[in-house]
Amino acid sequence: MSAHVKQKDASIPTIPIKARLSRWFGRNLIRIYAVFGFTYLFIPVAYTFAFSFNDSGKSNLVWKGFTFDNWKNPCGAPEVCTALGNSIKIGLLATIFSTILGTMIAFAIGRYAFKGRSSSNLLIFLPMATPEIVLGASLLSLFLVFQINPGFWPTVIAHVMFCISFVVVTVKARIASLDPRLEQAAMDLYANELETFRKVTLPLVAPGIAGAALLAFSLSFDDFIITNFNSGTLKTFPEFVYTSAARGIPAQANVIGSAMFFLALIIVIAGQFVGKRVKVAK
Amino acid sequence: MTDASSATRGDLRLTRITKTYGDFTAVNDLTLTIPEGSFFALLGPSGCGKTTTLRMIAGLEEPNVGSIHLGATDITTKRPYQRPINTVFQNYALFPHLTIFENIAFGLRRRGIKNVDADVNKVLELVELPHLAQRKPTQLSGGQQQRIALARAIVNRPALLLLDEPLGALDLKLRRQMQIELKWIQREVGLTFVHVTHDQEEAMTMADTIAVMNEGEIEQMGSPADLYDNPETAFVANFLGQSNLIKGRIEGTDGDNLVVDLYGQKIGMPKNRSHAVDNSIYAGIRPEKFRISLVGTPTRGNTLTGGRIEDVSYIGVSTQYQVMMPWGQEVMVFEQNDDGVAPFDKGDEVVISWEPNFTFALRGDEDAEAGTEVIPEDLDEE
Repeated sequence: MSAHVKQKDASIPTIPIKARLSRWFGRNLIRIYAVFGFTYLFIPVAYTFAFSFNDSGKSNLVWKGFTFDNWKNPCGAPEVCTALGNSIKIGLLATIFSTILGTMIAFAIGRYAFKGRSSSNLLIFLPMATPEIVLGASLLSLFLVFQINPGFWPTVIAHVMFCISFVVVTVKARIASLDPRLEQAAMDLYANELETFRKVTLPLVAPGIAGAALLAFSLSFDDFIITNFNSGTLKTFPEFVYTSAARGIPAQANVIGSAMFFLALIIVIAGQFVGKRVKVAK
Repeated sequence: MTDASSATRGDLRLTRITKTYGDFTAVNDLTLTIPEGSFFALLGPSGCGKTTTLRMIAGLEEPNVGSIHLGATDITTKRPYQRPINTVFQNYALFPHLTIFENIAFGLRRRGIKNVDADVNKVLELVELPHLAQRKPTQLSGGQQQRIALARAIVNRPALLLLDEPLGALDLKLRRQMQIELKWIQREVGLTFVHVTHDQEEAMTMADTIAVMNEGEIEQMGSPADLYDNPETAFVANFLGQSNLIKGRIEGTDGDNLVVDLYGQKIGMPKNRSHAVDNSIYAGIRPEKFRISLVGTPTRGNTLTGGRIEDVSYIGVSTQYQVMMPWGQEVMVFEQNDDGVAPFDKGDEVVISWEPNFTFALRGDEDAEAGTEVIPEDLDEE
């Protein structure tokens, strides 16, 4: 066999350099493009990460030397951890409320036929399409009309509001992929409506709900525009970073930013790993 | 095993059931009794209402009109989980997030039975898959999933087991094997099985009683042999196997027999095999009941002369002939290859004959083509 192949090789004319080069490019174009694409995406992250090790002092604009101090003492800069704590608290509350409410809406729209279903379906998308700056400003004036002072709870309410849409969309997609025959089978096997929901529907929709909750948390944690209108004197982490930009962002902000990035990365990888295991199990 | 049905046992009776979806009548004034312990098949083409009927029995649909009784209990409006009835769904509907063991134990647990191990293991033995207890459904082959779906239903020992095209997704060989196994399991557990299918061979292989459904109504009900030998409508005659339907007139009677004129040739047939309402009939003869002989050779029974062989197909166990009759109709004749040779050739002038007792008569105003061109069913529809 191999002898036969070798014989054949000798008879093949050599390909000119130019053609070979263009062939190489053709084969590797996607890879080259990918390298550029990922470089573009990750240079800012790499920069943030690198400058979290900067022995910066007040301002973290120029490289002054390598240190682990910022990582050892992430709360070193004034207010940074208070702001982080606020963001986490608001994020968790917004996640819990928006996930519960959004999941219920998703079930209503995804599973039941009622008058106004298609218009509800459309209206759910509206907050996602409305500019945040408009939402933030309107919410503030709304709170003021009702004589509610900006602060922690108004911010939570605002975050729940814009997170719900994303939760609904995410959970609804999962519900749509759920075979209704599974619920019928559960009912056929002596499970009443509540048991069917608890034992069959909910476990099957759970991955969608978990995904929606993660999305809601990251949206809430990240939000600056709407928060800035409604938080009053309270300072969240994005607001802290924004205000400190004027006098120099402390390297601790980079530490927290990098930590969040790696945390998210770990969650995504873990999710992929679990997903893969489930698939292999299949 | 633990019995889900101690309270309600007995025959299933559907009384004057009608189910409509908008303008479409899926089931039309259907009355049906399914005897306890039988293997009953609802047979019909796609859209004939058989699946709707099954879903109403299961409680997944409610009839617009009519009632459903199980023994003495009216179950018409009971929720699915209040009925001692379990279903083997078309695509099995196994719970993907539960192990095989938990899938099977699901019904037992919902009924508050604490110790399920013995029952689950016993039914896993019955379907010969005890080694798969800890797998997830998606790790199983189609045939294995089918058996687990069956196990999940029969472990509850329901008064009635419904099977919705349970073998439709399996390949032909596996389907044949499962047909025999299902029949065996039904005898073993002694439950009433109601089997919905569009596959007439499947229904005939397994069922004690078949109800042939068409357009929301039952065309005919009976044992496979009854339906095949003595169909009452053109739809049944054509849907179950093949039939030669020849237009004719009843000319008179001769004792227990009718004298029938088929395009000028007289034949006889038993009176009690006529389902006609007046003298205009279709005389029906199954292709394998015909015998062919060359002109001039002696014949027995009814004979029709003037045939000419149009086409010969040798298919191993038999040879199929298309014979052109003098009135321009092609009839089909299946001859067993007992002697190993096809003795007739295309163009031969022949006489066809058959035993009068094999003749059946249908109403002359029927559509002789009914049930012949049934579109193959898409299993995911309905």
